[in-house]
This record gives sequence, structure tokens and C-alpha cells, in this order.
Amino acid sequence: MADHTLDAKGLNCPLPILKARKALKEVPTGGTLEILATDPGAVADFQAFCRQTGNELLEHSVDDSVYRFLIKHTAA
Amino acid sequence: MSSEAQAVSSETQQTVSAAPAAVPATKSMSIIVTKGSLDWAYPPFILATTAAAMGLPVTMFFTFYGLPLLLKKLDLKLTAAGNPAMKMPMMGAHMGLPNILTAIPGIDAACSKMMKNLMNKKGVASIEDLRELAVEADVRLIACQMTMDLFEYELDDMIDGPELGGAATYIECATQSDINLFI
Repeated sequence: MADHTLDAKGLNCPLPILKARKALKEVPTGGTLEILATDPGAVADFQAFCRQTGNELLEHSVDDSVYRFLIKHTAA
Repeated sequence: MSSEAQAVSSETQQTVSAAPAAVPATKSMSIIVTKGSLDWAYPPFILATTAAAMGLPVTMFFTFYGLPLLLKKLDLKLTAAGNPAMKMPMMGAHMGLPNILTAIPGIDAACSKMMKNLMNKKGVASIEDLRELAVEADVRLIACQMTMDLFEYELDDMIDGPELGGAATYIECATQSDINLFI
């Protein structure tokens, strides 16, 4: 289970990323953030976001048009 | 040259690692914002907020018609005139507006309202929201002094946050940025 969950459903680019960035600040290092989104562009964007910021994208999946991302706050 | 570049890069790295929630990113970005219509306001604010969220120090330089994007009260509009690519989804088709019809009084206001409604329906942020997020993310905002004089604006007309600067201020920033965009 993730430490925090962010519901970004219905939001379009770049809001899921911007809100995730804010939410990550509330997650202690080593903790996890779950993000739910409906923007298909978020799949590529969260991968790029994690590569760039050094946070770890533990998993991503899609279920009934809802994308789920699990990010581990690993950046110092 | 390369040692200078290294010096700049290590300086940037220090700034980044000193910031809270530091990230491995050492890149930085600047954007010259020259257009102030509703549609053209999006790319600079989307890229600035996203880059800031990804850990890049970002500077936006507002000049000419981009400058009014810093005004306290925004009332952004767009025009379909001379823009054959502007086609709105309507009743299952994509509708454009012939140039001759774009001269009808009130048509720009109507098109702008339609676009804002569409954006709201699709979960696209408003420019007001993106601008607020940019300020929150410590994006550096520079208002072009020459444009302020030219169009008779005062810093008091603007939101809190912008500093005044000119071409040299921007060029100095650009020499230290890895990504420089003109929009």
C-alpha cells in the first residue's frame, strides 16, 4: 500500500506531473506515492519525470482507463 | 571555454543540491515569452511549470505581447483570423472559421469563451492556475523594462514576483541555461 495517494483523474497535461511533484514533497524519502490518472500522456510523462528527478517508478498499470503509477521518493 | 562551461555546470549543481528535495538534474531553462493570446500563453507556462517540477531552475522573460501575461487580472483571448489550423471539435466534426467571418464583432470573444469551456471540460489548467504554480515553484519572472515603458505599464499593475530587466539581463541568464526557448 502506498504512503500517499494522489487522485489526478480528469486532469490533463501537465497537471498530473505538477500535482505529483507537490505530493512527493509530503512523502518522506523512501516512502511511496500512488497516482491515479486518466491522461494517457501520463504514461510517458511519469517515466520521463522519474528518470529526470531520480525518483523510482516502481510500477505502472492501467485498469478500466485509469492509469496507476507507484513512485518511490528516492531523490535526496 | 570548456572549463568555463564546467564552472557554470558545477555552480548549477551546487544550487540544485542545496535546494530542498534536491534532484540529480543539473540543467536549467530559460524561455522568452513574446505572445499573449490565450493559445500562445500555454506553451511557455506548461513548459516552465513542468521543468520546475522536474528540478530545473527556470527563468521566463516577458517581452512585447507576452508582457501582459504578468498583469494582475488576465482576460486572455484568441482569434481565428489568419489561423486556418484552428478547428474546434463540434458535433463530431472539426469546425474552422473562414477569415471573412472572423471580422464579425464579438466573434473573438465567443471563440475565446468556447476554447476556455473546452479546456475546462478536458481538464486543461487555466493560465491563471499555471501562472500561480510557476510563482509557487520559484520560477524567475523577468518583465522587459523596454516593453513596460513602451506600453505604459507599472510594476504595480503586475502580480507580485516579477523583476525588471532588459536584453543584457536575459542574455546573462541564457548563457547559464542549458535550454533556451523563444515562444
